[in-house]
Amino acid sequence: MEQFPVLAVGDFMLISLRVDMSDTQVMNLQDELSKQVTLIRPKGVLIDISSLEIVDSFLGRTLSDIAKIVRVLGAEVVIVGMQATVAMTTVELGITLGSVLTALNVNSGMGMLRMKTMSATSLAAASGRS
Amino acid sequence: MNTIRDEIMPLQSESDLIAVRQAVRTWMVPEGFNILEQTKMVTAVSELARNAITYGGGGEARLLLLADAARRGIRVTIIDHGVGIEDITKAMVDGYSTGSGLGLGLGGSKRLVDEFNIWSEPGQGTRIEITRWKQ
Amino acid sequence: MDISTDENRKRAEASRAHGRSGVAAAAGRGEIPTSVQTRLPEILGRDDQAVLKDWLPAQMSSLAARKDLISEVELTKQSADFLAVFTPACRLGSLTDISAANWQPVLQFLGTVSRSRAIGGFSASETATFVFSLKQPLFMRLRAECSKDPEVLADELWNTTVLLDKLGLYTTEVFQQSREEIIKRQQIDMLELSTPVVKLWNGILAIPLIGTLDSTRTPVVMESLLKGLAETGSTVAILDITGVPTVDTLVAQNLLKTAMAAKLMGAHCIICGIRPQIAQTMVHLGVEFGEVITKATLSDALLYAFQLLQIKVAAPTQFS
Repeated sequence: MEQFPVLAVGDFMLISLRVDMSDTQVMNLQDELSKQVTLIRPKGVLIDISSLEIVDSFLGRTLSDIAKIVRVLGAEVVIVGMQATVAMTTVELGITLGSVLTALNVNSGMGMLRMKTMSATSLAAASGRS
Repeated sequence: MNTIRDEIMPLQSESDLIAVRQAVRTWMVPEGFNILEQTKMVTAVSELARNAITYGGGGEARLLLLADAARRGIRVTIIDHGVGIEDITKAMVDGYSTGSGLGLGLGGSKRLVDEFNIWSEPGQGTRIEITRWKQ
Repeated sequence: MDISTDENRKRAEASRAHGRSGVAAAAGRGEIPTSVQTRLPEILGRDDQAVLKDWLPAQMSSLAARKDLISEVELTKQSADFLAVFTPACRLGSLTDISAANWQPVLQFLGTVSRSRAIGGFSASETATFVFSLKQPLFMRLRAECSKDPEVLADELWNTTVLLDKLGLYTTEVFQQSREEIIKRQQIDMLELSTPVVKLWNGILAIPLIGTLDSTRTPVVMESLLKGLAETGSTVAILDITGVPTVDTLVAQNLLKTAMAAKLMGAHCIICGIRPQIAQTMVHLGVEFGEVITKATLSDALLYAFQLLQIKVAAPTQFS
């Protein structure tokens, strides 16, 4: 996959979105990622959006869709690295990423994935969520 | 109010969309707009330009750099020659998040800019003019 | 002589018309009649020191001197500098059209003086008097120069007063603009000062909000919070609204927006400091906080944050 750099890190996959991707490229990424997740079957996927300077409604929807697809394929998903200005604009626009997990950067995202994929019961206790 | 720069860019393909986004940001940087202001404007332009391409059958974007004694501004007018919007008031209400698929995002875009003007004639097309000012 | 004859009537009309040209006609157009040369540059070129000496007391006596805000030495220098740009400007081009190129250096100078006086604490009229008080010494000298020719004197006085009025009004406008800019800047400073971001613990930030969370304030709060999250890598943000007097639907929306933005950057948001009255109002208004956790007090919020981050706090052991 020359177009989209995907790193395998232990049981996880890391994919980074580039700045100013066209709509077609984003859809291709969704397609490629689905294939790769089916092939490699990672426990978790980190989607790094730290290069994205804008997230409009199309990107917001697509990111949300990608996360849902990966979860359907059996892996946990964390979206990491949203820039502060992007977060403020996205929220003003009214876009939500749904119930996708988010983290500040790749490091914390990795930590989250590790915790999430440890065991389901210990997770519920740790996060205080039911 | 003086017009310092005036350029019309096509809006037919997705590479046009990318070009317009980049142009808006490039115009804004030297005028002293901060990153948040740039992001808001570029995002609003992206929303509206994408609508023009996807639902408006294509059109053009007119970029204007304005200045007077007190402030500078960037104005982008997105024009399409599509079916037009029947009910503008309804279109301004945030509806896309309910999965309507129309992706109008007009109300949201309005919140990202200082001035928002819209004209639409069913059967003739739509013209949306958005402006951001820098004091 | 019968003045009702046609010829005499025409003569009378002609002399009346002649009287209308000159000062009155010029006044109607606000411009200098091309047939009149002004004596101002000559007077100023020759007598500038004397004019300065007369101008300063005119400024002082109008109580616009403000010795507490500007020293006599500074004022003398400012006045001398003004005459230095004013005199050449009078020589070139139009005398009363201050938008013309010859007046640009003068406008620039007045702009600087006005702005510094706006910051310095002068009033608008004190600032404008800098220009208006120049009339006295100039009129005195014009009267002496043109004593033989009352019509020329009238024109000169008129043009000089039009010119100085325009310049004086210009200083007032710049003064006003400067004041507005100062106020705007102070408002921004106040907003930023009232949004401190406090690191309560490793990974836990607190933002105590004082005052209302309106649409001007919310972006400032959001920016401080998100910047703080990025800089500290924190994963919990506690918004303390004890100091927010009312929470209506708008404020609740703004709080929710802030929480959502924090979530997009990977942080949990906890809202605390909700007074019983506020809680009741919120429920009555149907305000929904959705996923965002709300707690009554900061200590409850901190405890919850510790649980989220799996931090245990132990009481000191007693040694008997």
